[in-house]
Amino acid sequence: MSSTELLPLNSKVLSENQHIAEELRERFRVHGILCLNLISSPGSGKTALLERTLASIDPATRVAVLTGDIQTDNDAKRLARFGFPVQQITTGGTCHLDGRMIERHLAAWNLDEIDLLFIENVGNLVCPSSYDLGEASKIVLLSVTEGDDKPLKYPSIFFKSDLFVLTKIDLLPYVPFSAEAAEANARKVHPGMEIIHASSTAEHGLDAWLAWLKRRMARVQMAFQQESLVQSGN
Amino acid sequence: MHELSIAESILEAVRKELRAHPNARPKRVGLRIGELAAIDSDSLTFCFESIVSGTDWASLTLDIKRCPPLRVCAICNSEFAVIDYNSICPDCACPNTTPSGGDELDFDYLEVETDELDRTPAA
Repeated sequence: MSSTELLPLNSKVLSENQHIAEELRERFRVHGILCLNLISSPGSGKTALLERTLASIDPATRVAVLTGDIQTDNDAKRLARFGFPVQQITTGGTCHLDGRMIERHLAAWNLDEIDLLFIENVGNLVCPSSYDLGEASKIVLLSVTEGDDKPLKYPSIFFKSDLFVLTKIDLLPYVPFSAEAAEANARKVHPGMEIIHASSTAEHGLDAWLAWLKRRMARVQMAFQQESLVQSGN
Repeated sequence: MHELSIAESILEAVRKELRAHPNARPKRVGLRIGELAAIDSDSLTFCFESIVSGTDWASLTLDIKRCPPLRVCAICNSEFAVIDYNSICPDCACPNTTPSGGDELDFDYLEVETDELDRTPAA
């Protein structure tokens, strides 16, 4: 004789990753770091946008970059030229970054010396959206050489991202891509989503992107300073 | 593509849960997966079957319940399932709504079988 019973399980499937992500988020808060997780399909221009960002950002901003790929440290080499700390995360086959990988690589840095941490995820529009890395925001990039219906085909990442950067817009005259349709599709999945048009090659739209970063950093810095004041008051 | 990692996380959670029920045999895992969770149910089932096949838990199956995107209205507070990307509140026609579900990847239950002999000590 045997009996069956249902044991209720009230947890997330990725609860271990979630736990690490919450710890990371707390560390970023305590150190006043704005952490952004950049996600797109391969070749949409994540590294190019980061190159432009590192070249153009106020040099007083202490930026650091973790860049993920399945193989090679090519991206870390490209990004290290700008003098900011950069580490390559090579996943060796895994299609996304997870919290443990971020935790391990942060151990090499003094978090007090970082204001803005970019995580460049593995090029993939699907899997990275399931893994929280403790970031303040996910940012999705889509290039005009892809399709303007991508937000509907890959809704998860557009739903979960706070900002959509439409890249390579200097190529718009040469491709059958409607920026209006892409925006409308993104806002179907994520009403009110913020959208920036950018070209890293033609250096278009970078002002809007840098201004967005500045606004977000100011918000983090303000909360950080208020907390420091409260603590020194005690 | 990441369904294999998810399948491994499910198996790990089952192992953990069974530590509290050492005589129980796991039969079925109930999951709630949102339409916006970027998880393909068929692919997850395939990956899960692959990793349990040939083990003691080869008969362990997944029971996946798909959950629609939900939003909640800021004015009348009613929660509704989003159909055809329509994010406007169906009750009060207010466009000011915020997401309240649809990206979950949660456990629901674990169905286990226990031999009666293991439950009551032999006389």
